[in-house]
This record gives sequence, C-alpha cells and structure tokens, in this order.
Amino acid sequence: MTPELMEQGTRARLDHEALLAARQPGGSGGRTASFGRLLTEGRPDFGTGVALYLDDITVSFDGFKALNQLSLAINVGELRCIIGPNGAGKTTMMDVITGKTRPDEGTASFGQNIDLLRLRENEIAQIGIGRKFQKPTVYEQLTVFENLELALAADRRARASLFFRLSGAQLDRIAEVLQLIHLLPEAKAQAGLLSHGQKQWLEIGMLLMQDPKLLLLDEPVAGMTDEETERTAELFLSLEGQHSLVVVEHDMKFVDQLTQGRKKVTVLHEGSVLAEGLLAEVQANEKVVEVYLGR
Amino acid sequence: MMNASPSTSSVLLPQAPRLLTGKGWAAVLAAAITVALLVPLLNLVVPAGHALHLSDYAVGLIGKIMCYAICALAMDLIWGYTGILSLGHGLFFALGGYAMGMYLMRQIGRDGNYQSELPDFMVFLDWKALPWHWSFSDSFAFQMLMVLAVPGLLAFVFGFFAFRSRIKGVYFSIITQALTFAAMLLFFRNETGFGGNNGFTDFKRILGVPLAQPSTRMVLFVVTGLTLIGFFLLGRLIVTSKFGRVLQAIRDAESRVMFTGYDPLAFKLAIWVLSALMCGVAGALYVPQVGIINPGEMSAAASIEIAIWTAVGGRATLIGPIVGAFFVNGAKSWFTQAFPEFWLYFLGALFIAVTLWLPNGLVGLFTRPGGIVGLFRKSKT
Repeated sequence: MTPELMEQGTRARLDHEALLAARQPGGSGGRTASFGRLLTEGRPDFGTGVALYLDDITVSFDGFKALNQLSLAINVGELRCIIGPNGAGKTTMMDVITGKTRPDEGTASFGQNIDLLRLRENEIAQIGIGRKFQKPTVYEQLTVFENLELALAADRRARASLFFRLSGAQLDRIAEVLQLIHLLPEAKAQAGLLSHGQKQWLEIGMLLMQDPKLLLLDEPVAGMTDEETERTAELFLSLEGQHSLVVVEHDMKFVDQLTQGRKKVTVLHEGSVLAEGLLAEVQANEKVVEVYLGR
Repeated sequence: MMNASPSTSSVLLPQAPRLLTGKGWAAVLAAAITVALLVPLLNLVVPAGHALHLSDYAVGLIGKIMCYAICALAMDLIWGYTGILSLGHGLFFALGGYAMGMYLMRQIGRDGNYQSELPDFMVFLDWKALPWHWSFSDSFAFQMLMVLAVPGLLAFVFGFFAFRSRIKGVYFSIITQALTFAAMLLFFRNETGFGGNNGFTDFKRILGVPLAQPSTRMVLFVVTGLTLIGFFLLGRLIVTSKFGRVLQAIRDAESRVMFTGYDPLAFKLAIWVLSALMCGVAGALYVPQVGIINPGEMSAAASIEIAIWTAVGGRATLIGPIVGAFFVNGAKSWFTQAFPEFWLYFLGALFIAVTLWLPNGLVGLFTRPGGIVGLFRKSKT
C-alpha cells in the first residue's frame, strides 16, 4: 500500500462524509429524511413534505354519499383553496379531518405517522389542526381577551387550568394576536357585542393562538365587508409557509386574491375531486362549468 | 403577569380577575361575623321578650334556608356557569340527608317507642337485625364519609356515562329528573331499609348531645352558615380561574371548546361531581336542624325548586342564588302563614315575572346597567 493510495482513500472518505453532511438537512426530496430523525409519539412527522393526506374517504348518511372516495394531499406550508357547489361535501370533509364524523372507508393521516381516524376532536386539535366554523363561533359571554386566553396553547387538562396564570410572554402573544386581528381596542368588550366580521376575525385569532400546523377555514370571509375581506386575504397570505391552510370558499374574488394566479385550487363535486389546477384553468374546465351552471 | 415587561399594548389588556374585591371581602367578613357571633348573641344571650331577641323559630328558619342556599349555589355552578340544567339535585341533597339520618337514627338508642336497639321502623317491620348497609351507621365519621361518597360516586358514574354519550340540554334535564324519580320510588319501599314513606324522624341527639338543646341547634346553625360562606369562596375561586372560564366557554360554544383541544368531559364531570357533593353536605346539615328526612325530598318538585331559586336570584353570579334562596323561601314562609291558599299562585307569578322582565334575576337589578335600579340612578344624576 503506497502513501499515495492511502491519501487517495482518505480523501474519498472525507468527500463522502462531506456529501452526507450536506444532505443531512433533508435537501434530497426526503430520501435521506427517513434517517436520523426522531419520531415522537403523538407528534406529526412532516418528513415527506405532506401535511395532510386523505385517501379514498367515503362517508354516507343513510345511503347518501356525502364523500365518495375522496383523495387529497396538502403539502407543508401550502395554502389550498377548495371550491365547489353546495352539498359538494366540503364541510363533511372538514368534519372527517377534525374527528367529528367517522368515515365508512378510507384513511386520513396528519404528517405520515398520525392516523386521524383514531383520535377524538380535542386530541386532533392538540396535535395541531385548528378549525374555523362556517358560522362564527366564539364564547359570547366572555371578553375578547378571555376568548383568546382560552385558545392559547397551554396545558388543556382540568386541574392545570384551575391554577393557571398567564406569563408575560403569553400576555405579549395575546396582545400581538389582538393587534393582528385589529381587535386591540375591543380587548375588554364582550365577544357577543362584536360585529359579524369582527367575530370572524376573533375566531381566526383564536385559531392562531392555538399555534396549529394546519388550519381549516370554512368560509372565513362570509359576511365581511370588501375591506375586511382584503385584510383577511393579506393575513392568510402572511401565514402561508409557516402553516398549511385549507380554505373552503364561495367568493371567487377572494380565492383569486389568495391563489395569486399561481396556486392550486381543488374543485369538489358530489363528494370527490372533480378538478384540480390553477383557478383560471378550473374555471375554463367544461365539467366545472357544467356543475356550477347546472347544464 | 408580575414578571411581564409591560409592552405598550399589554398595558391595555385587562387584569386577571381577583377572587374578591375589597368590598367583597368586607361583605364576606360581615356575613361570617353575623353568622358566628351576632346570631348566637341575639338568640342565646339577649333575653326572650327583648326587642332584639332572635327567636328559635327564626334561627331554625334561617338555618334551613342556608342549606337551600348551598343547593342553589351548587346549581349555579352547573347550570349558571356550565349551562347544564340538572333537575335531579334534590336526589343528592336527599342522599346526604339520609346518610346523616342513619347516624341520627342510631343515636336514638333505646329511647325510641319500642325501646329497642333497632330503629323503630325496623321493629315495626319485624326485622331482627340491622340490614348490611346499616353496619357502620353508628360511626359518625363513617356516615360523614358516606355524606360525600354516596352523592359523589352516583354523580360520577351517572355523569361519566351521560357526558361521554354527549347527552345535552333538555335531554340531560329529563334524565336527571327520571333518576331522582326512580330513586324516590326505591326509597318509598320499606324493603329498601330507609323507613319507607315516613323516612327518618324523632331524632334525639347528635354526638351524644341532645338536639333539642338551644346550644346544639346554634352550633348546627353556625356550621351551616360557615359552610355556605366557604362554598361561596370556593365557587369564586373556581369561576375566577381559567377552569371557570372554560366552563362558561362550554356553556356558550361547546364545539369550539372541543376543537380548541379541551376535553369537555373532564371539565363537566368535575363541576358536576362538586355540585353533587355540595348538595350532599347541604342535606346532611339540613336533617338535624329540621328533624326529618323522607323520600319527598326526591320529588320532582323539590329539584325544580332549586332551579327556581337560582333563576330568581340570578344565574352565573354566585351571590344571586343565595339571594334567590332567601327571597323565595322567606316569601314562602311568610305567605304560607298570611295567605296559605295563595302561595302557589305567587310562586307561579314570581317565576313568570322573572322570566319576562328579569333575565338576570334579582341581582341583575343592581349589577346590570340596564336594570331598573340602574335606570333610576341615571335619571337622578
């Protein structure tokens, strides 16, 4: 063995190690991602880049198929708009994801390791899926501040909440969200006294307090003024990237604002995906036009 | 809150609610002094016939109403704050009362009509020995444990299955009503071993001390009053905590609570069991003061009345139900003497009036800006 050969071998080994080190932060489309990461029980693993995965979900109510072999994948950090005529199964889909409705068939997973169909509503919320209802749902008798305080990510158990005290950092976080949803002056007001649009904002603020990884938003701008709608779009766009968002909406102008002409839109019809693509593409799609105009 | 670096925005944020305000503490102290010093003084030391003398009848009546007030307070926690209307709280009250009654029956000893070791009703039924569930009834400590354990366990088991099955609203109310009715039928039977429809009465002594003695009655009165004040403070502690705000959130929008990550079952069950325990304690304090317990306490009407006191006084206020219990029962004792035949009409009219004009109850008159008193105040200034 000559010194040259030994030197060559060492260099090759170092090069290979450097290559491995460079690959380590998951830069290779997830192929190396399955090595060297710790899976924590109860924590979603987003190594493959998919946040939510629905496969072949079927839900029937007395023979009526609300969802019919629906398959859908939402990526980490993606903002996906879902449109579709009334009764297309949009709300049922959210019910399945959040544990309110159990599907007859199919699988639903969060990350690649969490089976959503085995968890209850509150457990699903705790692992990081937040949901906004179609009708704004806030605690009417409590103040705006208290509404946010309850949504704050903290120990959810009964005993812990008996002795809970807000820390300075948590108080600042509430103030931050209040500012974000433009409700700081109303912090001490009863939530029931807010306008419809403000209640929508409060509920969105409550979702943000939970710090969810995936937000499901059912018609978030219903009943908002044009200006409020625009501000909501800005807010959602600022969340894109840090959170995955699924927005169900009828308002095409709002969808256009959100997708900015480059993001995918999914069209649901009779419980399954009818079309997927850019907003302009799906609007030009004959099947979609037929469904919407009833031809 | 203490270690917060006060950023510009958090200055605008509300403070955490306090257990009581300065005035509140003063009122609690005044109530404690009244119960523990003033009433005993006026009843025992001031001679009868003196203008300031408080009659035994008045002491007995107030003591009884304070027991009712504990029940109303318990009802407020579960109904006013959590939005779960129970029409079966009379059952927990009666169970606590029966547990105390068993001990008092054993304290009669051989002084009963039949001069037997066994309680009179057992001799009457020709029983030769105590049934198994009376085994430890001569122990005060054991029966006091039962005062808590029996209503608590029943509430836990019933509540667990009802809340887990997500039974809500009027369905829950109906089931609790059915539960107390079923228990009443059970206790009416002689074979159950609780004296059938006559229940327990003719108590002689407690802890070896004669019950008829004024000082014994006064001790019971003071204990009842301090228990009521203690439960009020416990209630305040709960409703000013985050736990209490979760309860109110469950009342306003339970689905939101669930999708925020809380398990409503744990919260509902905890407050439901606590509420039942409070009623059990109230029942145990009631029986030696009133001298009788029978299945009538488990009737539908008895449970509904608790809800009426709470609604009349003002839900979700804690002080309201206490005011309501005193107002309705005070009115009842005056009416049934002055116009015995009109009492039920008055009670009905009162409930209609409260529902129509006082959604926040009597206390709402004083606290809400829209209340009548508030209106008068505004017009004066």
